[in-house]
Amino acid sequence: MTSPRDPFETIRSRIIPLPAENVDTDQVVPARFLKMTDRWGLSEALFADWRFTDDGDAKPDFVLNRREMQGRKILLAGDNFGAGSSREHAPWALVAWGIRVILSTSFADIFRTNSLKNGLLPIAVTPERHRQLFEMFAENPDVELTVDLESQKVYLPGDEDLDFEIDPFVKLMILAGTDELGYLLTKEPGISAWEAAHPPRIDTRIGA
Amino acid sequence: MSTTRPRTLVEKIWDDHVVSQDPESPAVLAVDLHLIHEVTSPQAFTGLRERGLTVRRPDLTIATADHSTPTHARNLPILDPMAAHQVRALADNCREFGIPLHGWGSADQGIVHVIGPELGLTQPGMTIVCGDSHTAPHGAFGALAFGIGTSEVEMVLATQALLQRTPRTYEVRVDGRLAPGVSAKDIILALIARIGIGGGTGHIFEYTGDAIRALTMEQRMTICNMSIEGGARAGLIAPDDTTFEYLHGRRHAPAGTAWDEAVARWRALPTDEGAVYDKDITIDAATLEPMVTYGTNPGMGIPVSGRVPTPDALEDGASRRALAHALEYMDLVPGQAIAGQKVDVVFIGSCTNSRISDLRVAAEVLRGQHVAEGTRVMVVPGSESVKRQAEREGLDEVFRAAGADWREAGCSMCIAMNGDQLAPGQYAISTSNRNFEGRQGKGGRTFLASPLTAAASALRGVITDPRTLPGIVPPAEVGGP
Ligand code: SF4
Repeated sequence: MTSPRDPFETIRSRIIPLPAENVDTDQVVPARFLKMTDRWGLSEALFADWRFTDDGDAKPDFVLNRREMQGRKILLAGDNFGAGSSREHAPWALVAWGIRVILSTSFADIFRTNSLKNGLLPIAVTPERHRQLFEMFAENPDVELTVDLESQKVYLPGDEDLDFEIDPFVKLMILAGTDELGYLLTKEPGISAWEAAHPPRIDTRIGA
Repeated sequence: MSTTRPRTLVEKIWDDHVVSQDPESPAVLAVDLHLIHEVTSPQAFTGLRERGLTVRRPDLTIATADHSTPTHARNLPILDPMAAHQVRALADNCREFGIPLHGWGSADQGIVHVIGPELGLTQPGMTIVCGDSHTAPHGAFGALAFGIGTSEVEMVLATQALLQRTPRTYEVRVDGRLAPGVSAKDIILALIARIGIGGGTGHIFEYTGDAIRALTMEQRMTICNMSIEGGARAGLIAPDDTTFEYLHGRRHAPAGTAWDEAVARWRALPTDEGAVYDKDITIDAATLEPMVTYGTNPGMGIPVSGRVPTPDALEDGASRRALAHALEYMDLVPGQAIAGQKVDVVFIGSCTNSRISDLRVAAEVLRGQHVAEGTRVMVVPGSESVKRQAEREGLDEVFRAAGADWREAGCSMCIAMNGDQLAPGQYAISTSNRNFEGRQGKGGRTFLASPLTAAASALRGVITDPRTLPGIVPPAEVGGP
């Protein structure tokens, strides 16, 4: 199991195709799993309503249930992945299952932020590239990609590669396996100075 | 930070809260108010314990239990063991870290985004965060309010600050006057139908224009609430006299000379003449109709007088497949009139539409009438305080007499975590904010609409254009805070 503080190495993996568009976080982790108070063990919750029947049996057709998909780390998702509820359970469940990289044409803001905080790399590609990747998979379901965060490149078979953008700050965090709270704690003197200059307007403790 | 460049409302709040910013890094942004609830906080508290950290500012933090709490009578126990555990964990965490809690059974309990404004905690110019994506209603007061994930909840608990990139701004101007039967909910559903669920990605909306100025605070909150469904991180409305009137005298609002000073400060917040937004759109309020969604995301909305779109009419393959998939899930026929579609359940509630004015609108429709045979109608007030107010006005009696179920406060069927949910295949018309597959219960199908449209539909058991009911009072005239 990966923890956000594990450094991100180069990921080499075959891909899991999930062409559905506008997959929202309610699909990634249905709400009933939000009652869990720890973040581990969410692997079973991932796409639960698509993966399992009402009786809890695995649906053999669903892509994650296919034997050859086990152990793959790169999810090739349809357009606009991760809309909806801000639940961080979505990236937790993806990471718990083993996904480290998601390719799509776009990601919802909160989902992208939450993923990056948890060592899950969302990579946005152009619609042409996106189509090309699906075609590539259709031709060869065992096609392997290599994602290198350091050089910000996805290496495709042959000599092709594609560059991706990532916020330099986030990249630094993921590569170093540190996190934002660690960084914020070093900013304490500035926060104290700000507080001294901005007296609080409220006190939530009154009347509570 | 002083500057002579004209600035938007968002820029002013932003500048005022930036603590520091390293090159190529996000800004450290100070947080004025942190709202927490039972579902997205437990892992954050665990994180604090693991690192040996405390809560920096319990006086700027407030907790309530709303998401997984039952809406049955408070003297009955919470039956779901996981929900009971979460509610207990919240109480334990609040006690351990000294955070004030309006918990299960408290007179101030309610949906986190309903109680903040109600208690006067939500004030203009503030930065407000919560581990819930619908934190934007606080933006109705001219506060910069947005949803965060659990890692960020932990950061804010520990440091009362957050790392944020400078936001881009998006002006949503709504000019003109709403026609009778058309409400705030219809404005926001129409906007999202127009720009799509990704339209505002990377931006923060500022709603401007006469139609927005004419709204009450509760109506403004309905609009800001759903900013996230248009892809925006937050949505704000500049404070004005309507805002100040709402706030005056509330428990946490400033009083005496502090009030006058605060109002003077707040009056400087609205966007300066000449300030530029990164993007903009204008909507003519007069052309809007009551809206209803037909699909499985909030952007799939049409006027209630309209017809379900036809996938074949779409050029783009991806959109065609998405629409076909949505219609299959919803079991709707392309081209069918949406009015007249059967509904099994009517849900009036959620942080979008569960405030007193929403309940008054629904009660006016149901007064002296009875809901359709076989239609289950649930009315869930947004807070215990809204519930008491409604009962003082006798609205509970109106609902009960009409055959509706009058519940205790909570998120209820907005998120279907507490046992209030649809059965597979059931249709609901709902005043909440999300119609994703299974959002209101596995296999459940949701039509989003305003309280007026939902209540009208309750009477007939089918989606009903409220303008076709006799003697409907326009929402604008029902009144409310
Ligand atoms: S009512 Fe719905 S959207 Fe609002 S806080 Fe509760 S779950 Fe979130």
